[in-house]
Amino acid sequence: MNSSISINKLSKAYGKTEILNQVDLQIAGGEIFGLIGPSGSGKTTLVKMIVGIDSPSSGTVEVLGKRVPNLLLLQDLGYMAQSDALYPELTGKENLSFFASLYKMKKSRLKERIAYAADLVQLTDELGKKVSAYSGGMKRRLSLAIALVHDPKILILDEPTVGIDPELRLSIWSELMLLKREQGKTIIVTTHVMDEAEKCDRIALVREGGILASGTPAELKKVYGAADLEGVFLQAGRGAL
Amino acid sequence: MRIPVLIKRIMLQLLRDKRTMALLFFAPLIVLTLMYFFFNGDNENPQLGVVGGNVQLVAALENASIDVISYNEADRQTIITDELDGLLEVDEGGFQITLENNDPSTSRVLLMQITQAAAMQSGTSAPASIDAEYIYGDAETEFFDVLGPILVGFFVFFFVFLISGIGLLKERVSGTLERLLATPIRRWEIVLAYLIGFGIFAIIQTVIVVFYSIQVLDMVMVGQVWHVIIVNLMLALVALSLGILLSTFASSEFQMVQFIPVVVVPQIFFAGIIPLEGMADWLQNISRIMPLYYAADALKAIMYRGEGLTDVTGNLLALATFAAIFIFLNIIALKRYRKL
Repeated sequence: MNSSISINKLSKAYGKTEILNQVDLQIAGGEIFGLIGPSGSGKTTLVKMIVGIDSPSSGTVEVLGKRVPNLLLLQDLGYMAQSDALYPELTGKENLSFFASLYKMKKSRLKERIAYAADLVQLTDELGKKVSAYSGGMKRRLSLAIALVHDPKILILDEPTVGIDPELRLSIWSELMLLKREQGKTIIVTTHVMDEAEKCDRIALVREGGILASGTPAELKKVYGAADLEGVFLQAGRGAL
Repeated sequence: MRIPVLIKRIMLQLLRDKRTMALLFFAPLIVLTLMYFFFNGDNENPQLGVVGGNVQLVAALENASIDVISYNEADRQTIITDELDGLLEVDEGGFQITLENNDPSTSRVLLMQITQAAAMQSGTSAPASIDAEYIYGDAETEFFDVLGPILVGFFVFFFVFLISGIGLLKERVSGTLERLLATPIRRWEIVLAYLIGFGIFAIIQTVIVVFYSIQVLDMVMVGQVWHVIIVNLMLALVALSLGILLSTFASSEFQMVQFIPVVVVPQIFFAGIIPLEGMADWLQNISRIMPLYYAADALKAIMYRGEGLTDVTGNLLALATFAAIFIFLNIIALKRYRKL
């Protein structure tokens, strides 16, 4: 397995509060990897440390063979934060082209990518509007477009489908599958929705700063003898106590 | 090539925020104008002692809202003991005026009204030239003249501090700063872009405030205008970098506003509105760590005493040092988000 992300004994504590405790995790290239767990379990802290915008108390993160944080590496990462980090005074297009311009890209390619990303999240017709006039779902979609506008090898999406209607959610997921299948992208998704977890190639169950179990959804169901992932979660949780 | 992109975005954002633009460009003018009237306004009728002079002259003076008190004989001491604002002595040779000048603006108005009354009486429209003597100060003294240069510096400092601080704070709170650091941008590029983006607005504001003060409010201006602008720009740079830096320690706009009484208001006291010479040594030493002290000193030297940039090099260096320290600390402070 060619590991595109390798996390070793990663711990994070704010004062005495432990957020992550000795996390080990390998994520392969070209897979959709789901970090599943309730809010407050440490998923966001974990993905932030993969991006390099939060520093671990101990342990290391390596992405594509490079130790995080690394500026060059950021060219290959697309990050979508849990809260929509957008400029409300600017239009959707201005937001998109601002973030795109921070990456190394030719002008013509930039235009092409902006059009592609906007189309992917079905915002092409709304790009001229100011973001302050966007609905919650539209902001989420714009954030997603910004995450993939520079064509990164790895997409790190923190709760990408919160506040998005079911139909669009389905189309975003099929798009993520397509990105993986046709462009070989590695995609890391955090979610607390179990039916989304089913769509991942492999998942890790995160709780209280540790990883309870990881594997493909089918494997986990088999190991814990559960009919669905919710059952796996409950079983794994009991086992850990 | 990231810096221009970031500058453009910062400017675009600010341009779309009409209220902030108004605050930046018009609020200093409104407050300065208010201060101008506040310090120069006087509603009480001036008290003028008159020796000699005919009935028509007295009537003309009283028409101009001057309380006329007639004396057979009076001198400078009379003005002080009778608390007069001025004394007009008329004889064949002409008018001799002595002004108390405790309040320079009253003296100015009084002198103007006497000149007009005298002109009307002599039947010519052109005001007769009248010599005036002053008990305190001279013809040029006006409180606002002394205060003006300090106020110009203060408003540039205050508004730039507030708006740049809240600008970066918004970026922090909304998560866009963190998002920005998930791109290959360098920390110093962010700080530099902020300095330039807001700096452009600071330059425009400084130019507006300086020209308004000199042209409209008629603030005393002996030195060179561009010297005044250079000093104010240095001060704006300090305000800009300090505002951005302090926004690190604020978690909301409200907390940013709380810095005003702590960081901004004390600067006024040390800027020379109250003469520093009479203060205790330790108080005078505190003024040495106040950026506004150096700026106000330089502005007073240029605007009031007519000195040049070479005379205020020390002050400019002090301001540059403040700015350099704050900029450096800003780059360090961003490490909290990303080590690189």
